[in-house]
Amino acid sequence: MSEIVLDVRNVTRDYHSKGTMFTKPKVVHAVKGVSFTLEKGKTLAIVGESGCGKSTLARILTMIDAPTSGELYIDGDRIDIADQAVTPALRRKVQIIFQNPYGSLNPRQKIGDVLTEPVLLNTDKSAAERRDMAMEMLKKVGMLPEHYNRYPHMFSGGQRQRIAIARALMLNPSLLVLDEPVSALDLSVQAQILNLLADLQDEFGLTYVFVSHDLSVVKYIADEVMVMYFGEVVEYGSRDAVFGNPQHDYTKTLFAATPRADVASIKTRLAAKAALV
Amino acid sequence: MPLLEIENLTVAFDTSAGLFTALNKVSYSVEKGEVLAIVGESGSGKSVAMLAVMGLLPSTATVTADKISFEGLDLMAMGANERRRIIGKDMAMIFQEPIASLNPCFTIGFQIEEVLAEHLKLDRRARRIRAIELLHAVGIADGEERLDAYPHQMSGGQCQRVMIAIAIACEPKLLIADEPTTALDVTIQKQILDLLVQLQRDTGMGLIMITHDMGVVAETADRVVVQYKGRKMEEAGVLELFENPKSGYTRALLSALPENAVGDRLPVVADFVPEDEGAPA
Repeated sequence: MSEIVLDVRNVTRDYHSKGTMFTKPKVVHAVKGVSFTLEKGKTLAIVGESGCGKSTLARILTMIDAPTSGELYIDGDRIDIADQAVTPALRRKVQIIFQNPYGSLNPRQKIGDVLTEPVLLNTDKSAAERRDMAMEMLKKVGMLPEHYNRYPHMFSGGQRQRIAIARALMLNPSLLVLDEPVSALDLSVQAQILNLLADLQDEFGLTYVFVSHDLSVVKYIADEVMVMYFGEVVEYGSRDAVFGNPQHDYTKTLFAATPRADVASIKTRLAAKAALV
Repeated sequence: MPLLEIENLTVAFDTSAGLFTALNKVSYSVEKGEVLAIVGESGSGKSVAMLAVMGLLPSTATVTADKISFEGLDLMAMGANERRRIIGKDMAMIFQEPIASLNPCFTIGFQIEEVLAEHLKLDRRARRIRAIELLHAVGIADGEERLDAYPHQMSGGQCQRVMIAIAIACEPKLLIADEPTTALDVTIQKQILDLLVQLQRDTGMGLIMITHDMGVVAETADRVVVQYKGRKMEEAGVLELFENPKSGYTRALLSALPENAVGDRLPVVADFVPEDEGAPA
């Protein structure tokens, strides 16, 4: 049996809002009892619409937020950030890439500093070593060494997402959480980034948790799919099972709502339109 | 006579690095009752063309064209005042970010009624009734209570419905939708697209759908214009475009769709289009 990188057991997360003079305190159950395991080198896609708790789950997996209850194991170790501080060794294991490449890079930081900063903070490598690592990584993500001294505003959205990916990989993580990494990108750039992610996964044996609302991307990249709806997992299974034979009504609604770009469905639509006139 | 006719439209922006041509001699037309999709990626000039027609470009832009006519009226020869009587009334536009396009300081009722007062000179009572009617038409059932809501009290999909209500308030002959569903969830996207197509069918207006999403094109368009780097690459009926794309760029766009993936890597545009093709001259 292959190695389990991520083991999530019955994780919940509640957010409490304080009451004011006029309103009662409220509790929002953002994530309600989510469990799954993920093997090394696989991709799990988490699908759902805004407010379904998928980003909250991503924050829990990256140890930004503590779960209200439930257990989280990464590489077999129990993680409980509510009780103990996150060690640098632990931080190195999990990295995150965000949706908006324009917002996730510091505009006043050169690309070289963007890439070397995580190494500086989490290891005791020398400046020269850090620089070499960054150069190496730039090449890996399809950028050039001369980009090292440039600022984020000099790059396009796709290039910035490549930089964000490079930064996440600097510490050689085993798990990468991708929160809508391609939804802000153009179609052709999206294709390039998806290809890059697939190449990197093969090369480093990375495990991906891929948060997305775009089913066509999910179908392309995922091994396993989890559909969330109002904080609950309504469907979880292999990609072929979920796409081939969706069980839950919400999953079916989601599939029905996804625009279809094939010739047969255009013909059906045009025929229906002609029949109305 | 086409509803909107554009011939050799060129838009250039004056930048610190010199003149940048965002749109290079693009021509197309829309008929009454037709859904035209304009597809392209960022920088293809797809929005710029429509902003030029609406007169919404900043002063750094230079617009030249052989012809921009709406219902036979020459928009280029028109003064600003004359143009304003058409824009927002016979020709309306909705934008990508519904929450950002509404004014956060005013109720949605006020914002819908503003158009009615400006263009149709309705009195207060008639405006109120018409505003409720419009909210019903865009699928907001409790319109009467919603009139007093502020944009932040509504979801993104609801705000887009309000934007559509404002746009169709004066029963326009042409509606331009600039990426109307890009910021929305798929289930909401479906509802908004269905609403737009249904309104278009009921009123017989022309609809221009600006989008980068081939799925949206497939679901809504009659005819499609594909743009790349400020140039028109292809114009075809929707079925023809998907069945038998002529230009290399269209083929690239279609094969970059993840659902069309063959093998385990996606083809990219550079595989289809040489670097210099379509670059603004």
